[in-house]
Amino acid sequence: MTTTQDTKLTEFEDNDQNPVGFGRMLRKEDARLLRGRGRFVDDVQLPGMLHLAILRSPFAHASIVSIDTSAAEASPGVKAVVTGETLKGLGLAWMPTLSNDVQAVLATDKVRFQGQEVAFVVAEDRYKARDALELIDVEYDVLEPVVDVRKALAPDAPIIRTDLDGKADNHVFDWETGDEEETNRVFAAADVVVKEDIVYPRVHPAPMETCGSVADFDPVEGRLRLWSTTQAPHAHRTLYAIVAGLPEHKIQVIAPDIGGGFGNKVPIYPGYVLSIVGSIVTGKPVKWMEDRSENLISTGFARDYIMRAEIAATSEGRILAIRTNVLADHGAFNGTAAPVKYPAGFFGVFTGSYDLQAAHCKMTAVYTNKAPGGVAYACSFRITEAVYLVERIVDTLAYELRMDPAELRLKNFIQPDQFPYTTKTGWVYDSGNYEPTMRLAMEMAGYDELRKEQAEKRARGELMGIGIAFFTEAVGAGPRKNMDILGLGMADGCELRVHPTGKAVVRLSVKTQGQGHETTFAQIVAEELGIPPADIDVLHGDTDNTPFGLGTYGSRSTPVSGAAAALVARKVRDKAKLIASAMLEVSVADLDWVKGAFQVKGDPGKSVTIQEIAFRAHGAGDLPDGVEGGLEAQICYNPSNLTYPHGAYICVVDIDPGTAEVKVRRFIAVDDCGTRINPMIIEGQVHGGLTDGVGMALMEMISFDEDGNCLGASLMDYLIPTALEVPDWETGYTVTPSPHHPIGAKGIGESATVGSPPAIVNAVVDALKPFGVRHADMPLTPSRVWDAMRGQATPPI
Amino acid sequence: MQVPAPFEYERATSVDQAIGLLERLGSSARLVAGGHSLLPMMKLRLANFEYLIDINDLHDELGYIRLSDDEVRIGAMTRHRELLESDVLAGVFPIFRDAERVIADPVVRNRGTLGGSLCQADPSEDLSAVCTTLDASCVIRGPGGAERVVTMEEFHVGPYETAVADNEILTEIRIPRKSFRVGSAYAKVERRAGDWAVVSAGAAVWLDDAKRIVDARVGLAAVGPNTTGIPEISAALRGHEPGEELYRLAGAIAARSCDPVTDTRGSADYKRHLADELTRRTLRTAVDRARS
Repeated sequence: MTTTQDTKLTEFEDNDQNPVGFGRMLRKEDARLLRGRGRFVDDVQLPGMLHLAILRSPFAHASIVSIDTSAAEASPGVKAVVTGETLKGLGLAWMPTLSNDVQAVLATDKVRFQGQEVAFVVAEDRYKARDALELIDVEYDVLEPVVDVRKALAPDAPIIRTDLDGKADNHVFDWETGDEEETNRVFAAADVVVKEDIVYPRVHPAPMETCGSVADFDPVEGRLRLWSTTQAPHAHRTLYAIVAGLPEHKIQVIAPDIGGGFGNKVPIYPGYVLSIVGSIVTGKPVKWMEDRSENLISTGFARDYIMRAEIAATSEGRILAIRTNVLADHGAFNGTAAPVKYPAGFFGVFTGSYDLQAAHCKMTAVYTNKAPGGVAYACSFRITEAVYLVERIVDTLAYELRMDPAELRLKNFIQPDQFPYTTKTGWVYDSGNYEPTMRLAMEMAGYDELRKEQAEKRARGELMGIGIAFFTEAVGAGPRKNMDILGLGMADGCELRVHPTGKAVVRLSVKTQGQGHETTFAQIVAEELGIPPADIDVLHGDTDNTPFGLGTYGSRSTPVSGAAAALVARKVRDKAKLIASAMLEVSVADLDWVKGAFQVKGDPGKSVTIQEIAFRAHGAGDLPDGVEGGLEAQICYNPSNLTYPHGAYICVVDIDPGTAEVKVRRFIAVDDCGTRINPMIIEGQVHGGLTDGVGMALMEMISFDEDGNCLGASLMDYLIPTALEVPDWETGYTVTPSPHHPIGAKGIGESATVGSPPAIVNAVVDALKPFGVRHADMPLTPSRVWDAMRGQATPPI
Repeated sequence: MQVPAPFEYERATSVDQAIGLLERLGSSARLVAGGHSLLPMMKLRLANFEYLIDINDLHDELGYIRLSDDEVRIGAMTRHRELLESDVLAGVFPIFRDAERVIADPVVRNRGTLGGSLCQADPSEDLSAVCTTLDASCVIRGPGGAERVVTMEEFHVGPYETAVADNEILTEIRIPRKSFRVGSAYAKVERRAGDWAVVSAGAAVWLDDAKRIVDARVGLAAVGPNTTGIPEISAALRGHEPGEELYRLAGAIAARSCDPVTDTRGSADYKRHLADELTRRTLRTAVDRARS
């Protein structure tokens, strides 16, 4: 089923009506968050709590010769100073990463990136802890760093991971997908082949709230309570059990309100572990809250792919094949957070939305002296890179064929009758209907008029560009048969309990960082049970009162946990039906469900509401044979496939020919995420993601000097966009439900971050067509655009 | 949260009391006005002072814009927002409003001051370029109420260095008014709203009744260690009828007179290009304004 609608009227009809089910409603959590009544990790205050500060390496690569902590220990208010040597004695100097590598908790032998953790101080307050860091005397022997990723595998490159037995190079992994031989054959026979080197620079998620934790270890009970900024509290708990050797049932991880994640809060950072160590060592609760510079230089970055892309097509514009060679910079430790069998995440969907004959990718990942990480920043496990690659290379093909980029895309889409569609790299797209989405975006943009305006402006020497990106995402990891993180299958639990008065509580394994789970999940249960969302409490983030599951990232909450919520509500409804049949004294087969009540077939006057049923379930009187009291259910949902949302984005830019400044004039985003639960929340996610896209396309990049010093250690140097850089977003939608998801929903959280950078870059490159520009790399700062105008575009790294 | 090293804090009650404190504490003390440059540097521990002397209570004494026939006097504690919103100032020197529109953001502008901006002496600072363009002079007060007046060239000793001694305070900026038609303008290229300038330029032009240029000045920011004016441009423009040819000449002089470096904001070549482009643009606007 596909329906295509514009955004104009229908979406606003139910505005703020508090629908019993799907529809536009204000977010339940906002009353708290907007009034300053949210409770974040840094709001946690415990009696006797101490504060932890981390000493970090000033060098990218250096041996540690000695550390003298005596002056720091003598500093007023200091309770403990701990170095890597101390941790080594406890077997805690190293910890596993999410990619089966190891990472130093505190450096023992040497430091491998600027900002790496070297020692920590626990003191009475944050100021005393920070002051004492200045008193720790570390003698370093500076080593040559590996900064240029292209030289990481050179025979004379310094070896970074000397901690790994027998490691004689900086190689992390090779990875390959698709059929190389067949792809080469198709390329050899093609009329047209276009090749382009495309860089997706290193960027940072930069959430408003930095990372932090409060650890409270009770030595008598042997219990650890840990408040932390985590997107995946359950997975973290299991990992702490493994890392710290604490029994899992004695660990409680609590993610309270989280001020933005974007993947930044998926990994376990040394700071979290250090707060636990600090609490064990001092016997007091210990808070660690990193500052902005620490967040930017040491926590999970994203992207950093150097890609050679090639596309083969007929001279009429039929795309035949795509191949790519990727060099991936993973930093000093492979801390990528992705399903274990997918070291390159879901980059395999680089075949995009097109019906190809062949595709192939070869990737090499290397270590460099930079912060670890790799998958973060709303990237759907590297789909951001994949979509950027395909949408950029398709545009270069349009350039060479002198074809309109919209026409080229329309000509090559996978057709509706081809779904489920298996790509040449083995991904099974569940559903899609691309052309109506593309046509709607073109209609909203006034595409033909824009092209006319562009022609007139070009004749006058003005620079205007129109960029298109069409993406298909793969979100909702994932089927446990092939997706796990460190052995933990990527399923999600859900529990639903209806109280006697018909109010309900639903407990989730996923965790909002601002996406609006407390509203969306209440609406899913409301849709299934007819209980108003206001009457449904959504609990999440605390491992002691929520079921196990892998958390929120990769746009997986609605595809996985949303399905779990719908199914658990149906389980409750099935039980309610049995009770209703007893209450109404008719057989189950004679009952109809009308949202919120069961009624006797043919006798609408005879019915019981879900609230009445709930009271009966807990009340006096007999229940049907075999039916227990209470009205609750629990499930663990294992998705059968990922969901594949898609979207068509059109960007219009103007470039000042004198200063090369880019102005994003318009942005039209038509998204198809299947069934829409709360359109307002969807739009909020899209608006945020589009803003991210403007940041990456025009200004964001973590750069390093030749010594490996990070040049973006503050928000004065690492730029993120403001309201003044973005236009009024024009959003629209189509609906192509997922056939395997119980309510037909697909993920939406990252679509706009994935889809917008290529649309903006394509628009800038389109504007620069009069200068013969076919490609220019992000970030498209005025200086870099000016270089491109003069035929001197260079990669950013 | 980034936390500064320990320091002691005093609130000054008058200019002379603040000078007394400075006299006593010497180089271990620093004045804080708006604090939007100083406090971030202290939080990053790039700057550490034993004493901060808060002069925000001196706004009554040093916050003013006074117009007379021969000059405009602006108190050093006048805040960005006051400069932005002053119709009197915009009426004579619209370059201020142009510049204030692109300085930082409303939160910073509510607090930051003219004197603080000049004393920070950041080579990318916009108001230094504005004051240079307008040939402003700076009034510096020392112990015993002694005042001296220096030109902008003398005021800027080097990057982050001014002529203000440890026991002195910048109290006032004086901008001469000439009995000619005047126009002024400011333009800035930045990577993002609120960012420091990649390059910015100010221009002021004085025309006689025959609409010839009596005097013209250009001030640039972010293209060298100092934001001194470019006398060669003034010399090239004086006595001529304004026009595109002349702007091109001025732009070319600006480009070759500056000394930018390549950094994350842009390449040296690009900045040199912008010095040219923005000089031409601001001269054009300044002349249009002088004529109208």
